[in-house]
Order: sequence, then structure tokens, then C-alpha cells
Amino acid sequence: MTLQVDKRAAAAGTHGFLRQQRPRYGEVAVKGVLFAAASVAVATTVAIVVALVIPTIEFFSEVPITDFLFGTTWTPLFKDPQFGVVPLVVGTLVITAIACIVALPLGLGSAIYLSEYAPERLRQTLKPTLEVLAGIPTVVYGFFALTFMTPILKSVVPGDSLPTTFNALSAGLIMGVMIIPTVASLSEDAMAAVPNSLRQGAFALGSNQRQVSTRVVVPAALSGIAAAFILGISRAIGETMIVTVAAGLQPNITLNPLEFMETMTAFIASAGSGDVPTGSVEYKTIFAVGSLLFVFTFLLNMLSIRLVRRYREVYE
Amino acid sequence: MSTPTLTRAGERSSLTKTGGEPLREKLFRWILIGCLSVGVVTLVVLLTYTIIRGWPRLDADLVMNMPSQVLPATAGAQSAITGTLWLMFFTALWTIPTGIAAAIYLEEYADPTHRINRIIEVNILNLAAVPSIIFGILGLAFISRGLGLGPTVLTGSLTLALLVLPTVVIASREAIRAVPRSIRMGSLALGATQWQTIWRQVLPSAVPGMATGSILALSRAIGEAAPLIMLGIGFVRFNPDGLQSSFTALPIQIFQWTTESRTEFKQLAAAASVVLLVILLAMNSIAIYIRNKTQKRW
Repeated sequence: MTLQVDKRAAAAGTHGFLRQQRPRYGEVAVKGVLFAAASVAVATTVAIVVALVIPTIEFFSEVPITDFLFGTTWTPLFKDPQFGVVPLVVGTLVITAIACIVALPLGLGSAIYLSEYAPERLRQTLKPTLEVLAGIPTVVYGFFALTFMTPILKSVVPGDSLPTTFNALSAGLIMGVMIIPTVASLSEDAMAAVPNSLRQGAFALGSNQRQVSTRVVVPAALSGIAAAFILGISRAIGETMIVTVAAGLQPNITLNPLEFMETMTAFIASAGSGDVPTGSVEYKTIFAVGSLLFVFTFLLNMLSIRLVRRYREVYE
Repeated sequence: MSTPTLTRAGERSSLTKTGGEPLREKLFRWILIGCLSVGVVTLVVLLTYTIIRGWPRLDADLVMNMPSQVLPATAGAQSAITGTLWLMFFTALWTIPTGIAAAIYLEEYADPTHRINRIIEVNILNLAAVPSIIFGILGLAFISRGLGLGPTVLTGSLTLALLVLPTVVIASREAIRAVPRSIRMGSLALGATQWQTIWRQVLPSAVPGMATGSILALSRAIGEAAPLIMLGIGFVRFNPDGLQSSFTALPIQIFQWTTESRTEFKQLAAAASVVLLVILLAMNSIAIYIRNKTQKRW
């Protein structure tokens, strides 16, 4: 018996003497169950890809891929359907751009204030307040954009170019406010990871608070800030309810933010809420547009994760 | 990461106060405050506006009556409120055990340099940022139509569970990581197995953090309308009575009333929004209460 144990201990290497003398099946089973739980997330990603890819391939066997990617007319539910996705992409990009013009500078400014200026106690009340902003349901934001923001825009915008009831500007502005907390909180994390010695060095050389913030902390946290910006853009592209409620459901190729336009997400939601028969071309358009949306956001998310890794490696 | 934040502001304020601030400094500071106030002011305006707009309909009818698309004056949101509660209960039931188990695996068992574990980790981070409507497409293809479950409580809760799973995992991992290594070492040194150590030492200490994270994750799920729309969840005038029952939820009801053109329905949408915000606020308060009450200093 002793001999057997010794053998096993020798086989197990240097830590062998710590090993228990009989195998513990319970421990192994627990580990297996936990691993299975962790795999659910991977299975979800695989399922998403499968769910999107198969109908998308079927879709492209009926509609040429070049017609889809470069066509400029999107009328999938008409008698004589056209499947050019360009109007949806343009709508998405215009609204995303408006949201970013709001969210990126304001988010970064908020982050600098929270990280470098705000006294600890103020920080502790301001941060949760911003987080509440991130937690407001997007359908409530959509309601706010449609019934509060749009009327204000109508009375504020000068000249004859009145905004339509559904317009990109009000959806984009409100979406921008919604994204501020995402940008601010990730940027602030990145700035918090900048070692204090860098700040102290700059102060010792006679810099003031503003110079330290803008010339030392922000550049040092740049990859994290970039990650925050990219994640913000990804959020804007994938946001659904605000645009569905406030930007309209008619595709429109224009750069005029006062007009209505349809985004990729809004199309998916409106087509999904109708009773489209399973297996029809209309049903498959949901997945084709969904694939495009998934590719956009997936690439942005991966880029963002990489950038966060980089600053973590440098400072932590 | 929390230690540097504690000292950051304090140390430097004494440095900057010497010799007064030049104009540009003051300007810069005010610009930053301006950036921050846009968010805060919008929040206040949004809340005030929604309450004022919904005020005339914040009455007993809202809770007692069923929704209607023809009679806004007496329509309520009862089926949507109960639907949301059912939905949240089952979403929590599916997602919290799975999320915590995944977090335990990643923190306590997984070798972070191993390829599979790295894939799982990146995958969870990425999944957390996938648009919610994509989860709706997943639910539509596989759960609602694929498995033929239809727009039921089961379909909705499974879809939302997958949606918030990454958030639960990330929050639970942070809670587990906050338990110091010395606790584990002590337990192992006394002869406990790894699972005994986790079950009797690590998890009890991490419970408050995990509870807070899970509640916050659920408060994300409760406001989601986009995935539910994809599942075909629509207008329902009865309360759910089981997993196989069709249902409606507050965000869906708010969406439907918002798209109605008559102002009475807009009023209803605002009133239902207030109900949703109150539930959200309650959840957040519980989370913050747990965090403050049970925070452990090691």
C-alpha cells in the first residue's frame, strides 16, 4: 500500500505529496459541471453564428450578394422586392455619427473630471448617477426622443427645413446621452490604471492639473480610452428601440439629420414584429441584415477588448 | 485598482491650491463640469418629464386594468406588469446559477494561459457587447420557432437569460476575485479540498458581491424590448399562468402605446414608463443596499 502511494506521488511530480490518497470523484464532477456552465457562453456565440449564417446563405442563393451590398433600394416587403442594404447602412452610420459627436467628447470630459478633478465624495455620488443613466430602458429613451426632443427640435431649428416627426437628429442626440456612461466609465477605468508616479513626476516638473490631465494621464490611458470609444460606437450601431421609435421605419439615403431614416436594427425589429412566415425571403432578410450588424459590432468589440488588454498589460 | 483611486484626487488637490488658478485652468475645469452635467441634467429632465406626462394616468386603473388599444381612458398595464415579474423570476432562475458556476470555474479552476479558457474569457467579454436584438434573432430562430415554443414566458426568459449571462459572469468573477488568496490558502492548509474551500470559504464571502452584480444584470434585462419584439411577444390581455403561457411585458407595452398616435396613449406610455422606472429603481436600491451593508474589508 505504501509503495503504491509512493509511486503515485512520484508520478504526480513535485506536488505529489500534497495529493490525496484516493481519487475524489466528487471534486472532478463539480469541476465538470462548472466547466459546462462556462461553456454555455461559447455555445451561445456558436448558436448565434449558426442562427445567422444558415438563413443568410440561403438568402444569398436567392438574392445576389452584390445586389445586397451595393443596391440602393430597400423594399423587401413590396410586390417587386429590392434588397439593396445601402439605405439601412447609411441610416445606421448617420445616427451613430450624431450619437458619437455627443457621447465621445462628453464621455471623455466626464471621465477626466471624475478621475482627475472630483473630490472622492463627489465622485461617489456622481458615478452611480451616471450609471442610472445607463440603466434607463431604451424604449423610455425612445419615448423621450419622440415626444420631448423632436418637438423641441421643431421649435429650435431655424428656416424652412423643419425636422420631420421621425428624424435622425433627435434619435441620435438621445442615443448619444445614453452612451455617455459607457464611454465615461471605461475611460475612467483606464485613467485610474495610470500609475500615480506619472502624475507626481509631472507635478514635480511644475505642470498644473490641466496639463497633467491632458498631456500625461490622457495619453497614458489612450488605448483604454480608444477601447471605450469603440465600445460606444458599437453600442450606437446595435441600439434598437430609440431608432425604431424616433427615427422612423422608412429607408432613406440622405445625410440630412432632420429627415427620417431607417437603421439596420430598426428594420430587423419591424420585420421581426410582423408575422413573417418562416422560410420566406422576407424572413431571411432579417438574418442577412442581422449578419451584417453582427459582423460590424463583432469586429468593433474584438478591437475594443484587445485595446483594454493592452493597457492592462502595461500598467497592472 | 481601488487603492490608487482613493489617493488620486486627495493628494493633488493640495498641490493645485497653491497660488490660485489661472483663467485657463478655471475654464478647463468648468468645461469638464459642463460635460458631466449634460448627462446628469438630461437624466433629471427625462425623469421629470416622464412623471409629469404620465401623472394623470398614475392611478389604480393602471395596475388593476388590462391593456387596451381602443379605450385609453381606463386602460391599464396589469398583464404587462405581471408578465414582467414572471419574466424576471425565470430569467434569474436560469441565469444566476449558470453565471455564478461559470465565474467559479474561470476564477478558481481555469488556467488562464490555457487556450480553451482564453477563448471562453474573450468570448464572454465579446458576448457582453453583442446588440440585444441579435439575441432576439437567436431566440427567434432557435427557441421560439426552432423548438416551437412560441412567444411564451419560457422563450422570453431563456432568451433574456442568455442576454444577461455575460454580465452576471463578469460581476461574479469580480466578487470572487475580491476574496483574498490567504483565505483559500488557510483552508487548503487545514486539509479542505478545493471544492470545500470554494463552497465554505470563498462563496460565502463573495455572496454580497454576486448578489449585487446579479441584480444589476437583471435590471438590464427588465428594460429590454428589442429581443422580446423579435420573439413575437405582443399584445396580451391576460396574466401569465405558467411557463407555456403567452405574455406581454412592460417595455413591449410602452413601445406599443408610444407608436399609437393618440395623445392619451402617449400618456399611458409615460405612466407605464414610470412603473418600469420604479421597479428598476427598487432593484438598484436593493443592490446598493446589499453592497453597502455587507461590504467586507479584509
